[in-house]
Amino acid sequence: MCQEANFQLGPDVLAALERGLKEETSPAGKDILRQLIENARIARENSVPMCQDTGFTVVFLELGQYVHITGGDLYAAINEGIRKGYQEGYLRKSILGHPFERKNTGDNTPAVIHCRVVPGDRLKITVAPKGGGSENMSGLKMLKPAEGVAGVKKFVIEQVSMAGSNPCPPVIVGVGIGGTFEKAALLAKEALLRPVGQKSTLPDIAQLEEELFTEINKLGIGPQGLGGRVTALAVHIEVYAVHMASLPVAVNINCHAARHKSIIL
Amino acid sequence: MSAEVIKISPPLSDEDVERLKIGQQILISGKIYTGRDAAHKRMVELLDQGKELPVNLKGQIIYYVGPTPARPGQVIGSAGPTTSGRMDAYTPRLLAAGLKGLIGKGMRSEEVKEAMKKYKAVYLAAVGGAGALIARRIKQARVVAYPELGAEAVYELVVEDFPAIVVNDVWGGDLYIEGRKKYAI
Repeated sequence: MCQEANFQLGPDVLAALERGLKEETSPAGKDILRQLIENARIARENSVPMCQDTGFTVVFLELGQYVHITGGDLYAAINEGIRKGYQEGYLRKSILGHPFERKNTGDNTPAVIHCRVVPGDRLKITVAPKGGGSENMSGLKMLKPAEGVAGVKKFVIEQVSMAGSNPCPPVIVGVGIGGTFEKAALLAKEALLRPVGQKSTLPDIAQLEEELFTEINKLGIGPQGLGGRVTALAVHIEVYAVHMASLPVAVNINCHAARHKSIIL
Repeated sequence: MSAEVIKISPPLSDEDVERLKIGQQILISGKIYTGRDAAHKRMVELLDQGKELPVNLKGQIIYYVGPTPARPGQVIGSAGPTTSGRMDAYTPRLLAAGLKGLIGKGMRSEEVKEAMKKYKAVYLAAVGGAGALIARRIKQARVVAYPELGAEAVYELVVEDFPAIVVNDVWGGDLYIEGRKKYAI
């Protein structure tokens, strides 16, 4: 799964790049989008990672409540899979064991694992390798409720604007609104898992996604930040219930190499 | 934005660098060196101690990349640029030591831009995330310093028509600022 996620760009992202190619007016921007599409083809055909940053392996588990896992530690098994996948797939090992010692663990473990217990008797595993460059451009703010939708829009646009060329635009912007501090961040990351361009099922949120998408693409950042109209391929927003005193908003930016792979057991 | 493609080959002189302008497309052939944060830190420490660098950077180009491991029979794995801003703290020292070209992606600090004007050097952007495509232009790769750093070691790469775009020139131009201004609505 780690290998497939890194070698094969999803059809949703490819379609978004093709759409971007039609909409982009900058010649350099068009050229870059063509190169990205060509890059995805080479990666797929030759089993080469599309990007050298094969990421922090973020794993989402949806564990059915009737599932009983036997024979060992599930998290250890996931890390073992990553160890094997990254070694055998010639993927880059980018994880350092301690933020200050900064010594490479040598096998890209440990993963960041998010587990949610759900009804049913299945286990869904989603592997989403996340590059450092775009992750570094993410941010979170605890807004005052009075700032409302306008405050959320302002923060999201500022965040993408500040990121500029750094997160490898065109980007996918994941936004989490509501919940607590950590819930907002998780929502933003989960928003990135949605197929690119699929709208929120909530009409007001879908409307906000559309408005932010339009505003962000007016910034002029363009592919790779060299100037252009296609800065974002999509804006995805997830929301959650919120404390009466709070309005948390988190922005998690994904580069154009938006990689994820799911299986259901 | 110029459609003209300019071919360059290190070592570069002041004059070679002076004729490069923002927005120009560049094809690089010859030897270039790789380096990321860890290697930069070590090289600046050597300079601080008055010691020689493991490679002579005079007229050379450094590419900010941490490639994936090569499969058997491959020269190099995926090899796209990493975010240049992380090297900003170290770059002016290396420019003072004679480095002429930097390849990466993303914005540079004011200090780096000033140093590029002062020491006559250019900053070039490669396409971030096009690691599989770029790897095809790399014909040879060998580690020349800090093998213990793994993907962060300094490699000498032999490249052929390696594509890049001039983002910062010695005249103070910045394509990230100019390009964005041109397309902002």
